[in-house]
Amino acid sequence: MMSLGPYASFIAASYAAVAIVVAILIGWIIVDYRNQTQRLRELDRSGVTRRSGRSAVDTP
Amino acid sequence: MSLIDLANPTRFLALSARVLPWLAAATIILLTIGLYQSAYAPDDYQQGATVKIMFIHVPNAWLSMFVWGVMSVASLGTLVWRHPLADVAAKAAAPIGASFTFLALLTGSLWGRPMWGTYWEWDARLTSVLILFLMYLGLMALWRAVEDPSRAARAAAVLTLVGALNLPIIKFSVDWWNTLHQPASVMRMGGSSLDKAFLIPLLVMAVAFTLLFITLHLAAMRNEILRRRVRSLQMMQAGQKAA
Repeated sequence: MMSLGPYASFIAASYAAVAIVVAILIGWIIVDYRNQTQRLRELDRSGVTRRSGRSAVDTP
Repeated sequence: MSLIDLANPTRFLALSARVLPWLAAATIILLTIGLYQSAYAPDDYQQGATVKIMFIHVPNAWLSMFVWGVMSVASLGTLVWRHPLADVAAKAAAPIGASFTFLALLTGSLWGRPMWGTYWEWDARLTSVLILFLMYLGLMALWRAVEDPSRAARAAAVLTLVGALNLPIIKFSVDWWNTLHQPASVMRMGGSSLDKAFLIPLLVMAVAFTLLFITLHLAAMRNEILRRRVRSLQMMQAGQKAA
């Protein structure tokens, strides 16, 4: 078993903070992607097409 | 295919879709190795187990400056070549850079309390990194505040390049002023002063966090391109309704 000594709470808090912030970043990017693709689908359903003539949702 | 071809937003979306799963997998593998090595690194003879904070503090501190550097190069692309992907790259990087800077400040503070006896000291290194964090927030506010995207892009690019002057101040603050923060121990003249037992996990974590940034940045750039596509389609729709 790994011993973190008398300052274990500082070490654990540091790693937890990094894990939480990185998780928030990943979550924000996933939610943002879903929001944008959802809006593009709505625009596509309403008949709006891009200047190139391709569908609004045509996203690689 | 030339670099200019790749910088086309549609081609960028296609290429990034292929690259992102591999980048994410490499990031997870390297982070796992780095975390394992960090967990089983020996205690430092002076700092004890708190040296483990270094394995996450240093990569975040390095990325706080690296991301601003990426944004500065992108800003040149906005101002000199007016390339549409340049502002996308800079805007997508800002919240990620702000997060890494916040984590560098927070983990540094949590490391400082047991080692220095204080969470915060207004010394040159800490203060210059705090200024960097505030500049990230200011830049994000600027992008939100200016409605015209091309005006916002130019203003943000100028502010980013002015803010880049803070990077050498952060890097050399520990040499130029008498600071509580220790001087450079990895990237310095004469090689690293760290023992291999600490240096190897630190380098693995630094590469892992850099890959994490690249992965998040590419994904955030894709979102920004889609957001701009939504905006232009909404404007077209409004124009069609008005006509």
